[in-house]
Amino acid sequence: MDAFETILLETRDGVRTITLNRPEVLNAFNDRMLIELRQALREAERDEAVRCVVLTGAGRAFSSGQDLRARTEPFSFAAHLRAHYNPLILQVRSMEKPVLAAVNGVAAGAGCSLALACDLRIASTQAQFIEVFSRVGLVPDSGSTYFLARLVGIGKALELCLLAEPVGAEEALRLGLVNWVAPPEELMGRTMEIATRLAQGPTRAYGLTKRAFLHTLQADLASTLEYEAMLQEIAGRTEDHREGLAAFFEKRAPRFTGR
Amino acid sequence: MTFEAIRVTLEEPIATIQIHRPKVLNALDRQTMDEIVAALERFESDDAVRVVILTGDERAFAAGADIHEFRGAGPVRMLLEYRFQQWARIRTFPKPLVAAVSGYCLGGGCELAMACDIILAAENARFGQPEVNLGLMPGAGGTQRLVRAVGKHRAMELILTGRPIPAQQAYEWGLVNRVVPTEMLMDEARALAREIAAKPPIAVRCAKEAIQMALEAPLSVGLEYERKLFYLLFATEDKEEGIEAFLAKRPPVFRGR
Repeated sequence: MDAFETILLETRDGVRTITLNRPEVLNAFNDRMLIELRQALREAERDEAVRCVVLTGAGRAFSSGQDLRARTEPFSFAAHLRAHYNPLILQVRSMEKPVLAAVNGVAAGAGCSLALACDLRIASTQAQFIEVFSRVGLVPDSGSTYFLARLVGIGKALELCLLAEPVGAEEALRLGLVNWVAPPEELMGRTMEIATRLAQGPTRAYGLTKRAFLHTLQADLASTLEYEAMLQEIAGRTEDHREGLAAFFEKRAPRFTGR
Repeated sequence: MTFEAIRVTLEEPIATIQIHRPKVLNALDRQTMDEIVAALERFESDDAVRVVILTGDERAFAAGADIHEFRGAGPVRMLLEYRFQQWARIRTFPKPLVAAVSGYCLGGGCELAMACDIILAAENARFGQPEVNLGLMPGAGGTQRLVRAVGKHRAMELILTGRPIPAQQAYEWGLVNRVVPTEMLMDEARALAREIAAKPPIAVRCAKEAIQMALEAPLSVGLEYERKLFYLLFATEDKEEGIEAFLAKRPPVFRGR
């Protein structure tokens, strides 16, 4: 693929930051951006030097969702979601590295879904989450119903989707929609603190932990216990586990390599 | 016989056949099938082997037949090659055959897995019969075994669309026994193989035969066949040992007699 046009990439201390970069349209998704985003995530997944991924937006918004002007006729919602958004959301969710959303401004529609698909969320005090779909007579997509039902419970999730009112950062924190809130000028500093810490962690164990949660959301206790046992067998064979154990006995900080 | 397309390891009582043609995603050409059958024949007569695991590598169990062999081939050549004769040898292999499937399991690969007795799937496995995309159809048991495994309507969808399904769906459809994390596939396969290998081998063999008969015969014939094999086991030492050990609340020691 040619150089990215709609996103920016930066890698520092094992953290790959992917910045949605169409600020003139509040980082609305067009096909190009969706394709580039998936390509960037694939590269981050494959690159062993990358041990944590940060998603954020350039300018005032995180992302305002699907670019309604970018629709080509004849348009099939289902086909478009299957081709672009569904694989994107699954990719974020199944990536075996921590994915952190730094929500710098408005996250609306599919932009909100993308933020919710990430493992952890840090919001600027200027951030707003809006399940905007019903305002234009549509239903939440890109996983919003799945994530909201699980993050805030079905009652609150329905309120957010049916009324489509913006949720500010403080309320998002109270609801459990985000993990942390920071003033705008501190957002990226605080994000990088957390991301760098994660990038120095036991990446394999983090990945397996994500897998365990993916599994348990569709499993019963017996099956979850069995799955945990198998994942522990895998984690127990990693260099990071040996290092963690050695550091524990030697009473020093572990130096994890992600292997 | 030395093998080129497969790797064979023997950790008694488990033998493992690994299809090893990584450059072509373990496509099954005639040589590969010949070698698999030759290995099975060797294990059939080796009493130290109780269970055989058939596997590929992480990317592919087997991505299908070797298409190059079909190019320009006519029906007479296909007929004279007897290429499906080896498949019958897999069906009649008397010891338990466990397929450990990771990655692509398509076309002939899917048919090969279905010819096994038990299928363990890695989370990354994909099953399908894509022959229709080449103007063909399954030719090594796909239309027959898939119907028996997942039912007519699902078999129709898989074969008529050629679209593969992920491991979890294959599990929900009853095509595979279990789905396990990809890294754990071989450990789980070996654990299962060891569990079966610890059972009395004649009883295991007869039970396998009776189950296979369920797919061949009407119920009355199958039940009769089952009963005859059941009586036969009363002639084994292992049956005496199994019952004595059970009553004495001690672990049995089976000798395969």
